[in-house]
Amino acid sequence: MPDETELKIRIVKIKDGTVIDHITAGHALDVLRILGITGGEGSVVTLAMNITSSRIERKDIVKLEDRFLAENEVAKIALVAPNATINTIRDSKVEKKTRVELPSTISNVIVCPNVRCVTNKEREPITPKYEVLSKQPMKLKCNYCWTHIEETDIIEQFTK
Amino acid sequence: MGKVKNLISIQDLDRKGIDAILDTASKMETVAIDRSDLLRGKIMAVLFFEASTRTRLSFESAMLRLGGGILGFSEVTTTSAGVKGETLADTIRTVERYADVIVIRHPLDGSARVAAEFASIPVINAGSGAEEHPTQALLDFYSIRKLKGTIDGLTISLCGDLKYGRTVHSLGMALSQYDVSIILAAPPSLKMKPAIIEEMKKAGIQVNQVDNIEDAITEDVDVVYQTRIQKERFYREDEYFKVAGKFKISNKDAERLKDDAIILHPLPRVDEISPDVDSMPQAKYFDQVYNGVVTRMAILKMVLG
Repeated sequence: MPDETELKIRIVKIKDGTVIDHITAGHALDVLRILGITGGEGSVVTLAMNITSSRIERKDIVKLEDRFLAENEVAKIALVAPNATINTIRDSKVEKKTRVELPSTISNVIVCPNVRCVTNKEREPITPKYEVLSKQPMKLKCNYCWTHIEETDIIEQFTK
Repeated sequence: MGKVKNLISIQDLDRKGIDAILDTASKMETVAIDRSDLLRGKIMAVLFFEASTRTRLSFESAMLRLGGGILGFSEVTTTSAGVKGETLADTIRTVERYADVIVIRHPLDGSARVAAEFASIPVINAGSGAEEHPTQALLDFYSIRKLKGTIDGLTISLCGDLKYGRTVHSLGMALSQYDVSIILAAPPSLKMKPAIIEEMKKAGIQVNQVDNIEDAITEDVDVVYQTRIQKERFYREDEYFKVAGKFKISNKDAERLKDDAIILHPLPRVDEISPDVDSMPQAKYFDQVYNGVVTRMAILKMVLG
């Protein structure tokens, strides 16, 4: 299995864009799908999966040339890769390094997959909220209908 | 002002809380006959966005026996919510100004939590979508304890629609707090929510899942809790007909039970218990109906007392 030193040779540095590091192993493609990146955009996309890491046993990395992330996109990534770090690169320098943080309760990122949930009723003045039951595997609980939302439901919703 | 007491989920109560309500319900047996002024001057609003016979009438009967008054609706098409599109939040913020307690039944999961969020008076969940029906679970517990003398140590079969049946969701969660063995009998498409089974197993309860009614009605079983396959919970009629009609209890099934075993049903039933079971000694579902009155008297006392 390749380590990070070998990987540095394989993955070239980017000038402007975003490096998403420490993605939960096997989820790099989900991250790309969440961001709507198909490869057809024309920008350089580099991806490495299942490499060894000092912080987490195995990880994935995604490097995106000329692509910066919105706050809402970072929140979504936190749900499929709760240990990820986001490095914003400008002029080949790390401008900002942030570790995604998953609070114990999240809102405004997903909709409850339970079609009978009151949060899916139009015009009710409520904010759907979800309690994080588990980070690995990701499991949420809707604070209104108490439906448990599994990782597969979350990914399916983000990549529809 | 103290914290408002709501009853939204059966999980709002621990075992001590459940037992306290059952003890109060037991004391309400004589009060129900003699009547009382305990809640005189208090007003209960019953907001039924869905059909009901027993739950609404037993709540009303409970309040009247305790000397309180009632107002509300049971036909949503006569309300601004049903006709003009008023939100549930606005309906609640209106009704709370007319009453001291709200009893709500609504077709959406989580609806009672929305009501509690917007109300400054106690809210009692009388059925929220396919999610929960905590007062039914309490009256079921009361019925079991009254008829069997205990809940601990029993083998209880929950049968029928375990996926959409809100009564079995609340009952299943509450049973996790007792020392019982549970048999879950449902067609494959209507199995109990995994989260509730997880809860039961975490509590150390022995759970046995079967896909036929025969294995749920044996001489080892103390309580058979039968439920209706609910047509209104299906989006597609053909799916309903595919599973409806199965999981019926006949007198032949009931004959396999011990003499002191009991058959309960939250009612209404369609044909999942054959009428010839009604006269058998194990058939207790009509006794169960009356227990709804005393249990709801105890619940009203808890939130308003």
